[in-house]
Amino acid sequence: MPGSVQSLERAAAILQVVAGSGGTLGVTDIAAAVGLPKTTAHSLLRTLLGVRFVEQDREGRYALGPGLLRLGAGHLDVNELRSRASNWTDALASRSGHAVRLAILEREQVRVVHHVFRPDDSAQVLDVGSVLPADRTALGKVLLAFAPHRSVRGTVDARRADVAAVRARGWAAEDGGHEAGTAGLAAPVRGSTGLVVAALGISGPAESVLDRQHQPRPLLVSMVVESAQAISRELGWHG
Amino acid sequence: MADRVVLAVDQGTTSTRSIVFDRGGRLVSVRQREHRQFFPRPGWVEHDPMEIWANTQRTAAQALRDAASSAGEVVALGIANQRETTVVWERATGRPVTRAIVWQDTRTADLVARLSSRPDAAVVRERSGMDIAGYFAGPRLRWVLDHVPRARERAEAGELLFGTMETWLVWNLTGGPDGGVHVTDVTNASRTSLMDCRSCTWDPVLLDFFGIPAALLPEIRPSVGQLGTATALGSPIPITGTLGDQQAALFGQACFTPGEAKCTYGTGSFLLQNTGTELVRTRSGSISTVAYQLAGEPVHYALEGSVAVAGALVQWLRDGLGLIATAPEIETLARTVADNGGCYVVPAFSGLLAPHWRGEARGLVAGLTSYVTKGHLARAVLEATGWQTRDVVLAMAADSGLQLPSLRVDGGMTTNNLLMQFVADVLDTPVVRPMVGETVSLGAAYAAGLAVGLWADVEALRRNWHRSAQWSPVPRRAAQLAAEYPTWEKAVRLSIAWGAD
Repeated sequence: MPGSVQSLERAAAILQVVAGSGGTLGVTDIAAAVGLPKTTAHSLLRTLLGVRFVEQDREGRYALGPGLLRLGAGHLDVNELRSRASNWTDALASRSGHAVRLAILEREQVRVVHHVFRPDDSAQVLDVGSVLPADRTALGKVLLAFAPHRSVRGTVDARRADVAAVRARGWAAEDGGHEAGTAGLAAPVRGSTGLVVAALGISGPAESVLDRQHQPRPLLVSMVVESAQAISRELGWHG
Repeated sequence: MADRVVLAVDQGTTSTRSIVFDRGGRLVSVRQREHRQFFPRPGWVEHDPMEIWANTQRTAAQALRDAASSAGEVVALGIANQRETTVVWERATGRPVTRAIVWQDTRTADLVARLSSRPDAAVVRERSGMDIAGYFAGPRLRWVLDHVPRARERAEAGELLFGTMETWLVWNLTGGPDGGVHVTDVTNASRTSLMDCRSCTWDPVLLDFFGIPAALLPEIRPSVGQLGTATALGSPIPITGTLGDQQAALFGQACFTPGEAKCTYGTGSFLLQNTGTELVRTRSGSISTVAYQLAGEPVHYALEGSVAVAGALVQWLRDGLGLIATAPEIETLARTVADNGGCYVVPAFSGLLAPHWRGEARGLVAGLTSYVTKGHLARAVLEATGWQTRDVVLAMAADSGLQLPSLRVDGGMTTNNLLMQFVADVLDTPVVRPMVGETVSLGAAYAAGLAVGLWADVEALRRNWHRSAQWSPVPRRAAQLAAEYPTWEKAVRLSIAWGAD
C-alpha cells in the first residue's frame, strides 16, 4: 500500500484484534496476533491508551476504550439502525414465534429502539422508546457485558463472572427477572467497527423459551445469535 | 421431504427481484438486480426490455439456486410488475421496436389533451372506468404507433405485439418467438384505458377512440390461473399468477373483504381499498380499478388513490437540501421538535395525482417564520405524507361509502414510527404492519400458489397474515389534527394556484 503510514496500519490492526477478542487481551497475545515484536506492540498500545482508544484493567490487560465508543456512538442513528434491521427482526419473530426487541445503551440505560409483535395477532402495544432494567433483562445483560469500556461494565462489578460468561457465550438469558413467567434471550449486534451497538432479543412465556431444566432452547439461541450476526453484517461488520 | 415453494418475480421501476417463498408465506431466498433508467428528453423515462428480461432470468436462477438446499420443489411462478409501462416488440424475433415507455413518462401530455377535447371523450370514462390520462398505457401505445417508423402498418399486419411488463416476461419465459404465450392479466389490462371495465374484454369502441389495432393486443386472463409453462429457467415451472404491483400488494396484505385497504409507502404512496365484485363509479378523485380475479370467479374491484411523492420528499430533504445523511435519520431530526411549528410542505413536484389530479400544481413550503427550524421542516415533510393519505382516504370514503376498519401498511417508510403514528392520528384509524414487508412479491407468490393448490383458498392466505406492529390513534391528537386539516387543504389550494398559467 504505497503512501500508507505503517504505524497507523499497525495501530488499526491492534484495535481490530482487541475488538475481535470480545474481551481483554494481554500484550503478548496482541503482539502475536498482529505479528509484531512485543516492544513495538507495547509502544503502540501506550499511544492508544493516551487517546483512550484502549484501556487497561487491573491485571494490565487491554480492552477497547471510551474514546473509541464516543467515536462510534454518534455515528449510527437509531432510526437508521431500525430501518436496516427490520427485515431480520421480522424474520426472527416469524420463525421463533416470539416478540422481538432491539435495544441500545443510552447514558447507561437500556432503551428499546425497535419492537416486533409476537406473531399471534393478540393485542400488543408497541413499546419503542421505553427503558428496561439493565441487570434484569437479557438485552441489558448483553449491552452491559459488551460495553466497550469498564466505566459502564463496572456498574455490575459484583457480577463480573456473569459478564465474563455472557461475553464468552455470546448471548444472555433472563428467566422471570424482569416479569414473572417471562423469559428472554439476547445477543450482541456489532457495527462496522466491531463495537457492539445494540442487543437483539426475543421474549415470551418461560415455558416456551426455556426447556424443562430451565435452560434456553438451543434452537431459539441459534436463531437469535444468527439474526444478530445477520444484522451486524448488514451494518458492515465482517468479523 | 422439504416443503413445496413458489418463485415470485417483482419487476419494479428500479429493479427486478426474484424471491422464493415457503408455504408459511416466509421468505426463503431473495435476489435483486437494478436496471438502467434512460432519460432521453425532459419528461421522458425509458427502460431497456432486453435488460429487464436478462435480469429476470439471472435473479430467478440465483434465487432458485440459493433456495435449492433448503427448499423443496418449485411448484409455481408468479409475477408482479410495474404498471402501465409499455413494450412493443416483433413477434418473429422478440426484438422491441423501441425502449419501454415507463409509467412516469409524460410524453403523451399533448396527445392526451387532444384526445380529451374530442366530443366523444366521455366514452373513455363510461367504458374504461377512468378519465383519459397520460398515466395509463393506452396513450403510450398510441404514441409508439404514431412515432416508430412503419409501426402502425406492421401492427395491423400482425407483426408486432404489445404488452405491459408481465406480458413481455411471460411471452419470453414461455418460449418467445418459439411459441411464447401472449397474455395479460385483468389488473394490468384495466390500466390501459382500452378495456371494458365491466366485461373485462378489449373494448372495440375504446380501441377505435385511441386508434389501436386489435391484432397486437394480448389475451386478457384472470390474475390467478394457468398461463403457460416457463421453459427458460432450467426445469419447467408453471406460470400461474400475474398482478400489477399495487394489486399484488393488496393481495399480499390479504385484503380480500370489501372495505379492507392497504397503503404502500415507497417513492410514492399507493392506497388500494377492496370494493368487492361491484364496480364503484368514482366522483371524488379516486380511481376504480380491477383488484384481482381468480379463474372461474367474478372480478374483484378496488378503489385506488395514487400519490406521486411520499418517500421521494424525504430523498429530496437528503439529496436536495443535505439536511440528513440517510432517509431514516429524518425521524431523528423530526423528533428534535414537538410539532411542525406552523410549517407545511406540499410536495407537488410534478403536479398532484389523487384525489386532485392537477398536473399544473407545483410544490411549496408554507407558513415560514423565523421560528421554523430544520426539525420543523422534517416534521412537515413527514406530515405531508400523512395529510395526503387523509386526502385519499376521504375521497375513497365518499366514493365507496365503505368504512376503513384499519389501514394495512407496507414499504420502506413503515419503519418510521413518527410517521406511522401520525397516519393513525390523522386518519383516526389503527395502522397495522404485517410480518412480511415484501408484500408485492408475496402477493405474486400467493396468486401463483393459490392456482396450483399450494394454498386451498384465500382464507388460508388470510391465516398467514400476522401483525408485526400496530399504531393506534390517540383521540386528543386525532381531534387536533382534524381541526388542523383545513390549513393543509389551504396549502394544497395555494400549490395549485401557484402552478396555474
